[in-house]
Amino acid sequence: MTLDWLLQHLFNGMTLNMFLQHLLNGISLGSLYALIAIGYTMVYGILRLINFAHGDIFMTATYFAFFGVVTFGMPWYVAFPIVLVMTGLLGMLVEAAAYRPLRDAPKISILISSIGASFLLENLATVIFGGVPRPFPTPEIFTGVVTLGNGLMVQKLIFYIPAVTLVFLVALLYLINKTKTGMAMRAVSKDHETAKVMGINVNRTISLTFGIGSMLAAVGGIMWGMKYPQIAPLMGVIPGLKCFIAAVIGGIGDIKGAVLGGFILGIGEIMLVAFLPNLTGYRDAFAFVLLIVILLCKPTGIVGEKIAEKV
Amino acid sequence: MLKIDNLVVSYGGIEALKGISMEVEDGKIVTLIGANGAGKSTTLRTIMGLVKPVSGTIVYNDRDLLSEKTQNMVCRGIALVPEGRRVFANLTVLENIKIGAFIRKDEKGIKQDIEWVYSLFPILEKRSWQLAGTLSGGEQQMLAVGRALMSRPKLLMMDEPSLGLAPLVVKDIFRIIQEIHKQGVTILLIEQNANAALHIADVGYVMETGKITLKGPGKELLSNEDIKRAYLGQSKK
Repeated sequence: MTLDWLLQHLFNGMTLNMFLQHLLNGISLGSLYALIAIGYTMVYGILRLINFAHGDIFMTATYFAFFGVVTFGMPWYVAFPIVLVMTGLLGMLVEAAAYRPLRDAPKISILISSIGASFLLENLATVIFGGVPRPFPTPEIFTGVVTLGNGLMVQKLIFYIPAVTLVFLVALLYLINKTKTGMAMRAVSKDHETAKVMGINVNRTISLTFGIGSMLAAVGGIMWGMKYPQIAPLMGVIPGLKCFIAAVIGGIGDIKGAVLGGFILGIGEIMLVAFLPNLTGYRDAFAFVLLIVILLCKPTGIVGEKIAEKV
Repeated sequence: MLKIDNLVVSYGGIEALKGISMEVEDGKIVTLIGANGAGKSTTLRTIMGLVKPVSGTIVYNDRDLLSEKTQNMVCRGIALVPEGRRVFANLTVLENIKIGAFIRKDEKGIKQDIEWVYSLFPILEKRSWQLAGTLSGGEQQMLAVGRALMSRPKLLMMDEPSLGLAPLVVKDIFRIIQEIHKQGVTILLIEQNANAALHIADVGYVMETGKITLKGPGKELLSNEDIKRAYLGQSKK
């Protein structure tokens, strides 16, 4: 096979199977990035705010899952839905406590408040959950490997992650584009004042947006915990920053853009390590380099529209 | 229906409204005319609860309106066509119309009213799947009016619906304002286009720098020499 031959000769002995493995890995990492990036993009869309606490909400979700399964001994199918709800409520709490009182304040104040909320969550987690990393209790059903036709062996999780992501993504797009609540969210993201005139409860709509974004971060967090089964209070920082970058790459404020950005970042990162193993140490830097390139070449992101300020 | 008494509004120490009093009677078309910066929009925004006054009262159907939140105004039967149209550019035309009925639950009635809005503005039906941001200025204005009608308001307030529109479109808009009025909707109309507004108004108020300087039936103001000079561009004979 030509592709096989090319891979082998150009990239010191990589086989097609290895390439496929990397690709699948990249897709599942990209799915996780996409789920978290959606939270950034939704909040930005409705408040023009970068919610720096989002990565820490993601981290807290993994602890909720840990306590649900390990401490309270709940089966995963009971614990995980509860984790989603609690993480959603946490997101709404952060909004009500840190952002709502600053609704009419300058944007920079809210941004600083979000950095404060992020530090608060990280330190609270360190105090309450302890700084020592804990093993994530992956339910047995999600473990194991499958062997594909051509002898390619992959974790089952590699397939579960994109599938679950797809389900939640479809549900989210349905909610936003087809329901009255979604219509209100889109209206508020365009114009708070006119939305109020229409009788829309703007505060409740914003709160709901935080709740949904946080729930998706919880979905991402649970699956992240299964893929990289060690959780710690600062585990949300780097994924948080990367997913923020993913949202910017795609075009912040746009959900499809966040998904696209997540996949570009996830697949790109894995491929970088796969094809250029010498650069493995620069894996995290890849995201930031990509951010700089995007900001220089197309600041509105790949699918981003020009932000025409309201007149 | 609506009674404003001695309303004072200031923005950071600058008084935009210096104690205005006016009344909108049930079933009438009332117009508020005046130059830029006279305080017309501020008056509407204060009624809507978007601006908090320093002092004064606004009473609507014998109940205080100042303590009401903006989002509840539409439940009380007050709808606003905001200045500059402010349609939701990222929503389709149909969604913009539907969002006007956001507080309503009667699916059947909503459907009928969508048809009603389409019959008032046939162009909106043709464009129903387009994003509102792609409409022309005149079409956006029609959409903003249609959207406001979807709440079945008792009092419809319009902030310069003719601004920036071609003369033919302006004519259309004013014809439709009268049509809506015939259906029993009370109208409070803000305009710089004094001529057109006074022609259809039962009562007109003239505003200058935060004060109401003249009040009278529309036809009477139309023949007032001062108004002719100031707003209708006619010199003294």
